[in-house]
Amino acid sequence: MLTYLRKRIISSALPLVVVVVGVFALARMTGNPASLYLPLNATQQMRDDFTARNGLDQPLLVQMADYFGGVLRLDFGQSLRTGQDAAAMALRAFPATLQLAATTMVLAVVLAVIVGCWAALKPNGVADRISSFISMAAASIPDFWLAIVGIWIFAITLGWVPTSGVSGASAWVLPIATLLLRPFGVLVQIVRGSMVSALSEPYIKLARSRGAGELRVVTHHALRNAAAPALTVAGDLTVGLVNGAVVVETIFGWPGIGKLMIDSILQRDFAVLQAAVLLTAVAIFALNILIDMGYALLDARVRPVTVKA
Amino acid sequence: MKTAADPSTRQNPQGSAGPAGAQAHDVVLQVSDLAVDIRTHRGTVRAVNSVGFEARAGETLALLGESGCGKSMTAKALAGIMDPVCDLADGRIVLNGTDLAALTPKERLKFAGPELGIVFQDALTALNPVYTVGTQLGEAFRIHRGLNAKQARAEAIDLMKRVGIPEPESRVNSYPHQFSGGMRQRILIAMAVALNPRLLIADEPTTALDVTVQAQIMQLLRKLREEGQMAVILITHDLAVVAEEADSVAVMYAGNVVESGPVAEVFADPRHPYTKGLLESVPVHLERGDQLKSIPGSPPELHDIPSGCVYQSRCPMVQDICRAERPALRPAGRRRTPSGTATAAADPEQTTSAGTNDGGATVRPVRTAACHFSEEITNA
Repeated sequence: MLTYLRKRIISSALPLVVVVVGVFALARMTGNPASLYLPLNATQQMRDDFTARNGLDQPLLVQMADYFGGVLRLDFGQSLRTGQDAAAMALRAFPATLQLAATTMVLAVVLAVIVGCWAALKPNGVADRISSFISMAAASIPDFWLAIVGIWIFAITLGWVPTSGVSGASAWVLPIATLLLRPFGVLVQIVRGSMVSALSEPYIKLARSRGAGELRVVTHHALRNAAAPALTVAGDLTVGLVNGAVVVETIFGWPGIGKLMIDSILQRDFAVLQAAVLLTAVAIFALNILIDMGYALLDARVRPVTVKA
Repeated sequence: MKTAADPSTRQNPQGSAGPAGAQAHDVVLQVSDLAVDIRTHRGTVRAVNSVGFEARAGETLALLGESGCGKSMTAKALAGIMDPVCDLADGRIVLNGTDLAALTPKERLKFAGPELGIVFQDALTALNPVYTVGTQLGEAFRIHRGLNAKQARAEAIDLMKRVGIPEPESRVNSYPHQFSGGMRQRILIAMAVALNPRLLIADEPTTALDVTVQAQIMQLLRKLREEGQMAVILITHDLAVVAEEADSVAVMYAGNVVESGPVAEVFADPRHPYTKGLLESVPVHLERGDQLKSIPGSPPELHDIPSGCVYQSRCPMVQDICRAERPALRPAGRRRTPSGTATAAADPEQTTSAGTNDGGATVRPVRTAACHFSEEITNA
């Protein structure tokens, strides 16, 4: 297991470098921050000074080498906007995103498993049709539209929840409900599909022939076999939430990493953007390793180190 | 062969070692008028039609027939594990005095395991890939006897010993894919006999195995049958297996039993043209290059079964009456008259023997055939 983890960590180092290089180069194509940070009537001399002070006059490769040199010393640079340590800003924003993503995914998975199993019990039955309709709708509604409609109805018209921010539990309701819908819809369909095929396997019949009741057959025998595809998709959806509840975080003013990224792009705050992207990338690699370990936990046939036979 | 209706064997408590005082040759299972419907896009078809037979303690009944004749469907109906598109349309499945067909699915669960076990053909897909064999072997004990995980594991090890799996203490923690085909089949059998059921249904248990392993598995089934005085229903298309293993046989064709009786008698003197055709298709004294005999044509499609005899399209003896009227299962063959009516007194169940019964003919097992001309078949 440790060998496996070590291999995975080493093999993920290169993609991380590529990600940072890409973001580094792309960010600098968006323009010179000098025009944003200096007054409109700034002289060319002031602009040149600003550029030189922040090292932006150097060739791209030199800037990049400087940056990587810093990263190796765990120095991720300072924010142009606030002068704070970029890494600290990213780390401060990340928990808000993680909490939002984790709560959303836990709810989505639990609901999707219940609804998906219920639908799979009788393929093409009433429950299946209802859940199919709901999940299709849930997976197709765009989140920005839903967020705005949600704010309009529940925050402005009814006044039940705040329009934005993180003050109190009620502030969580709208962002989570908005984020939840798509993963829920997609997962219901995955769970339903893999449960239908698992439930038609001979080992299910055999379990029934041993006297296993419906609940035991579904939760004990079928669900674990049906879990792998759902785990893949749930992992993918979580990745989406971790790096980019951008729309929802922006609409609801959620102080997470997505909002930080958008703000740093708009402000040409390169160091913060790079730190945020690097942090997100590391989190996604960690998540992928967790997902792979999840497969191994579920099914002995995909365990990297064979159990002694 | 334990087919002779000898009262002395009945009085001899041969099966006292078995569970719940099961006596050898007692009727354990009596199936009558069993009918199974399949719902398809093209309407409902009857896959199993008025099938009847009985299985006796310590004996093997073979259900013989080609693919699609309804033998596996019959097995699944008996075990209560039919596919969702199938319905039990009619019939009685009396296991030890309880009609399983009249029970709700929930009530039947109590019988699944302690009274009735089933072995499937393909042991790899029949075992759950994500659990160790120990977990799966122990499950019956946890469900029906409320044992905890540790006790169930000990029972699993005992079972693995019973079916001849080497090193059960370490193998109990292995997963199905870590076993060979023969060992997997042994595990499946162990699972079916875990709670010493009265009836064991073996649905083509050796079809997926090579010949040497086949022999071992059949030997194991025989041993377990003797130990537990189980009634065994062996579902197969293999005439040789029937001849070697079974005491009695029911030949199925297009969802119907066309002939039944003691194996030796049915095979020596078939009373239905289909049985006769099957037996003639076995190559005997053939030279290389000789033409193998076969039954021309193919079985009717399920949604297109003719109203008369099910075998009419392939029968060499077909007459007008065969197209007009479906023959019922009637006593047939030389041994239709009873040689010892004493058997009837020993067990009241006996008076309602399998198939139709034209009164008095209670010799067991009754030889029956569903053919208008069964007495005219000549077996040279």
